[in-house]
Amino acid sequence: MSHNLAEKILQAHTDEEVTRAGQIVTCRVSLVLANDITAPLAIKSFKGMGATKVFDKDKVALVCDHFTPNKDIDSAEQVKVVREFAHEMGVTHYYEGGDCGVEHALLPELGLVGPKDIVVGADSHTCTYGGLGAFATGMGSTDIAGALALGETWFKVPPTIRVEYDGKLEPFVGAKDLILHLIGRIGVSGGLYRALEFGGPVIDNLSIEGRMTMANMAIEAGAKVGLFPADAKTLAYCQAHGRHGDKALKADPGAVYEQELSLSVTGMSPQVACPHLPDNVRSVDTLKGLRVDQAVIGSCTNGRIEDLREAAAVLKGRRAHKGVRLIILPATPKIWRQAMDEGLFSIFLDAGAVVGPPTCGPCLGGHMGILAGGERCISTTNRNFRGRMGSLESEVYLASPAVAAASAVAGEIFNPAKL
Amino acid sequence: MLVTGKAHKVGAHIDTDAIIPARFLVTTDSGVLGANCMEGLEPGWIKRVQKNDIIVADENFGCGSSREHAPIALLGAGIPVVVAKSFARIFYRNAYNMGLVLLEVGADADKLHDGDTLEVDLDAGRIKNLTTGESIVCAPVPQSMQDLLDAGGLVPYVKKRLAAKQ
Repeated sequence: MSHNLAEKILQAHTDEEVTRAGQIVTCRVSLVLANDITAPLAIKSFKGMGATKVFDKDKVALVCDHFTPNKDIDSAEQVKVVREFAHEMGVTHYYEGGDCGVEHALLPELGLVGPKDIVVGADSHTCTYGGLGAFATGMGSTDIAGALALGETWFKVPPTIRVEYDGKLEPFVGAKDLILHLIGRIGVSGGLYRALEFGGPVIDNLSIEGRMTMANMAIEAGAKVGLFPADAKTLAYCQAHGRHGDKALKADPGAVYEQELSLSVTGMSPQVACPHLPDNVRSVDTLKGLRVDQAVIGSCTNGRIEDLREAAAVLKGRRAHKGVRLIILPATPKIWRQAMDEGLFSIFLDAGAVVGPPTCGPCLGGHMGILAGGERCISTTNRNFRGRMGSLESEVYLASPAVAAASAVAGEIFNPAKL
Repeated sequence: MLVTGKAHKVGAHIDTDAIIPARFLVTTDSGVLGANCMEGLEPGWIKRVQKNDIIVADENFGCGSSREHAPIALLGAGIPVVVAKSFARIFYRNAYNMGLVLLEVGADADKLHDGDTLEVDLDAGRIKNLTTGESIVCAPVPQSMQDLLDAGGLVPYVKKRLAAKQ
């Protein structure tokens, strides 16, 4: 039978026949992921299950990226639990310190995820790898403990919403704007229990990093996965990151979709998600004059080298407005070095930015950029829930690196095309 | 099993940062997490909750982060059941894995008001509003979730599978 992308990938990992949305199937997993916040609970459950070894020590990734470099004694104790477990189990892919980065930027870079994989992670943004054609989804710690022990887990086959983009992108409009626009349109529960499958000429032309930015925010529409076909670009990316044997992947002709959306990007302006939900999306120009106290550029959504280049193009020869704290966090050590070697740090430092280590830090109100009451932040991260980056009385606006950089310079939310 | 408690109404899209803000994620202790439950919604919210009280929410309860600390915080706060129009999917799995019962009732959630006393019959899947006298019949728990509940949660379920392998 004809399969859409979600069904096709699930079918490749199960002996049962995938026939319809809503069916429960048990699938073998390609990689299991947890971080410094979720792994301690997973380890507790893993031990409670009486498990003594992980299903495959090469198919487990433990990435300590959230509260690291450890922000306090309690977070240091949690990382210690993860470190000791990784050692005890002989886990190959344990990352902390100088070889560690934001997990969803790090794993693709290390070639640990690729087309047709099933990846489960105790982190909701695990869906990022959909950008490479992987069925990747977030789960809680105990589900992850089960997957660590058994190497498999159950899934409800999701109905799929197909989203096609066509038209011509305006300058300073890109992947972040495309996904924010979609979330604004379908809402934070518009994709609940569903798969999003992206396609169309705009997607074909989008870089792999851009596709990962879009897939990353599928969860902000409530979706289980955000899937992209694996094309020649995907295969080139995978090969460049040390993978071999990956094959192109696309939905079958005649595949069934619950809903098909066709969106034109022509004339679309940069998009901004206003407090306090990612679906409260408006055109950047409607927000002119809104003063900002902080701008954050980084995270699993927009902390990759293309994002830093995009920010640098706006910041070059300019300075952050007096009173705006501009915080730039390259997402992995490799990206950090690349940005340094390309001279981006000179641009950032000349602009008055703080360049910090790879960490999730401020995105979830962990550390390195917490907001006080009444403060407003423009951020390239993925969530603007009330209190997400600090005080319940603070505000987070989500946007692309170009908009965040332009807003830092202007001191107010600003369209980079009009700077 | 019968649970009787007071309803605490919350709105739509209550995210897991609201249920338990990230600053509390430096522990896995249910008592500490429970004492700070809903601190991201309203500081001191927990003070109004008695053991066996029930949260009644609008749509998409538990959206956002995958943190299992969210159902643990609710259970730690003494809340055994959440009734909502709909639930976010990661939270849904987490709740069943942890033994927190979720009842998805759609628009019927509007028949339950803040402060109403509710009697929930988990076996029959019925919510009786003792304040108004009205009853709501819930859709049955899906079989796969019921199997998990019958096994006592995912931890004993996997334990059994591992023992069978040896």
